[in-house]
Amino acid sequence: MDIRSRAVEDGRPTLSIRDLTVDFPKRSGSFRAVDGVSLDVWPGEIVGVIGESGSGKTMTALSTLRMLPKRAIVSGSIELGQRRILDLSPAEMRKLRGDRLSFIPQDAMRALNPTMRIGRQVGEPLVLHRNLSFKTAISRAVDLLRAVHVREPERRVADYPHGFSGGMQQRAMIAMGLALEPELIIADEPTTALDVTVQAQVLKLLKEIRDREKTSILFITHDLGVVAELCDWVYVMYRGKVVEQGSVERIFTEPREDYTRMLLAATPTLFPKVAS
Amino acid sequence: MMAATAGFDFRRWRLVLLGGFFVGVILFAAIFAPWVAPYSPLELDVTQMLQGPSAAHWLGTDELGRDVLSRAIYAARVSMQVALLAVSVGLVGGTLIGMTAAYFGGIVEQVLMRAMDLLFSFPAILLAVVLMASLGTSVLNAMIAIGIVFIPGFSRLARASTQAVLRQQYIEAARSIGMSDARIIFREILPNIMAPLMVEAAVAFAYAVLLESALSFLGLGAQPPDPSWGNMLSTGRGFMAQAPWLSIVPGMAMFICVLGFNLLGDGLRDVTDPHMRE
Repeated sequence: MDIRSRAVEDGRPTLSIRDLTVDFPKRSGSFRAVDGVSLDVWPGEIVGVIGESGSGKTMTALSTLRMLPKRAIVSGSIELGQRRILDLSPAEMRKLRGDRLSFIPQDAMRALNPTMRIGRQVGEPLVLHRNLSFKTAISRAVDLLRAVHVREPERRVADYPHGFSGGMQQRAMIAMGLALEPELIIADEPTTALDVTVQAQVLKLLKEIRDREKTSILFITHDLGVVAELCDWVYVMYRGKVVEQGSVERIFTEPREDYTRMLLAATPTLFPKVAS
Repeated sequence: MMAATAGFDFRRWRLVLLGGFFVGVILFAAIFAPWVAPYSPLELDVTQMLQGPSAAHWLGTDELGRDVLSRAIYAARVSMQVALLAVSVGLVGGTLIGMTAAYFGGIVEQVLMRAMDLLFSFPAILLAVVLMASLGTSVLNAMIAIGIVFIPGFSRLARASTQAVLRQQYIEAARSIGMSDARIIFREILPNIMAPLMVEAAVAFAYAVLLESALSFLGLGAQPPDPSWGNMLSTGRGFMAQAPWLSIVPGMAMFICVLGFNLLGDGLRDVTDPHMRE
């Protein structure tokens, strides 16, 4: 039995999005970036959202964080646990971000402040949400960095981001995301900027975190290989809509939609089959 | 070239060092004026009026027999005080306005930046003179007036730099961990726009010295008998033929001071400019 059917039996999804629509007003009419998307992430589940650039996957993630540009018009409902995200005040939303809900961005190198030491940045959520002093937060950062397999974390917390390799920077971002044991981690193409071996290590780490902390992860990507490697359940998005969803096995073995088949066929392989 | 990368790159820093040397001399004179100056700047000696440079008075004496070197040294104090406070007023005010405008955008930005345009449209000297006329003539008011003159320049620079930083992903990341606007502005943005602001501050410092001298020359800054390069120059003008050192000494002091700060500013810009790095 897969995680989803097991989880569905005992309770509520961590994240539940219903009929989410995001419009951007333009000079004439508007542009619909997300068109009636519904998706669920169950406790302890890694859910992949896959689609090409402009398919609305990042907009869906940013809606959940309420970090869309101000001019975006959002409708539908997003529930995290019992909280109705779209009804929260900006201050309530700020309390949620980094605490119950954390975000791992695409390019860790650019997501770390170049003027601040790693320890302070990784410990920052603890200072913001738990009123810890920076001193205690930095000592917690050491544990967090150790948990994401950064070597010699005691020494590394005093480094600036440019002293970290790409893979280590992404680990530091993940450590920051884990600081307060969130219910949901939203990862927006966290491995795209990394080379393949480092990518594999980061994916392994995310799986490990899910197994250890039972955190739910919403994983945005355009990389089918990563989805196959990591996810339990997959939503395929195209032009702002979810065109197909299913368990990873099903999507890869018997895709039902033409677009999914196209996506699978578009993956380059080392040994292409000769057309019969 | 391991040695070159590891060691101190003298060529890259030479402008900073040269400018820093001039600035250092002036600052030293200003801070330690009572110990450095051979005479009191106010001490009259009517037997020694308008004497040329001599062993007793290295740079001569003025129309009241005061030692010109001592007055020039004390005048450095006034210039440095005025420039320091004026640049601080401009830097703090302009940076706050510029960051606020860029961060919040929309109507806030429009109102703030159009107000800055208005302030910018006055010639600097005229604006300072108008402000002095309404505030009254004193050294403190000169500092404030010159500071206000600097606000628009700093605010534009701060706004442009903030806009560049706002596009960076670490701002999005900061927001994603629940940081407040004020914290993002001061903790995330400010440290990342300090380099260009510091360069601008060094250049503004030189300009503040000139503006202060201009105001004092016009009789709006430091009031006689207190020495300032501007009012020394103003008095010296009347004795150009008999005692040229009265004009040359404060003129040279200003020249060295302004040159020093400009070299320092240019040098810092080159050092902090990533395009200049090999």
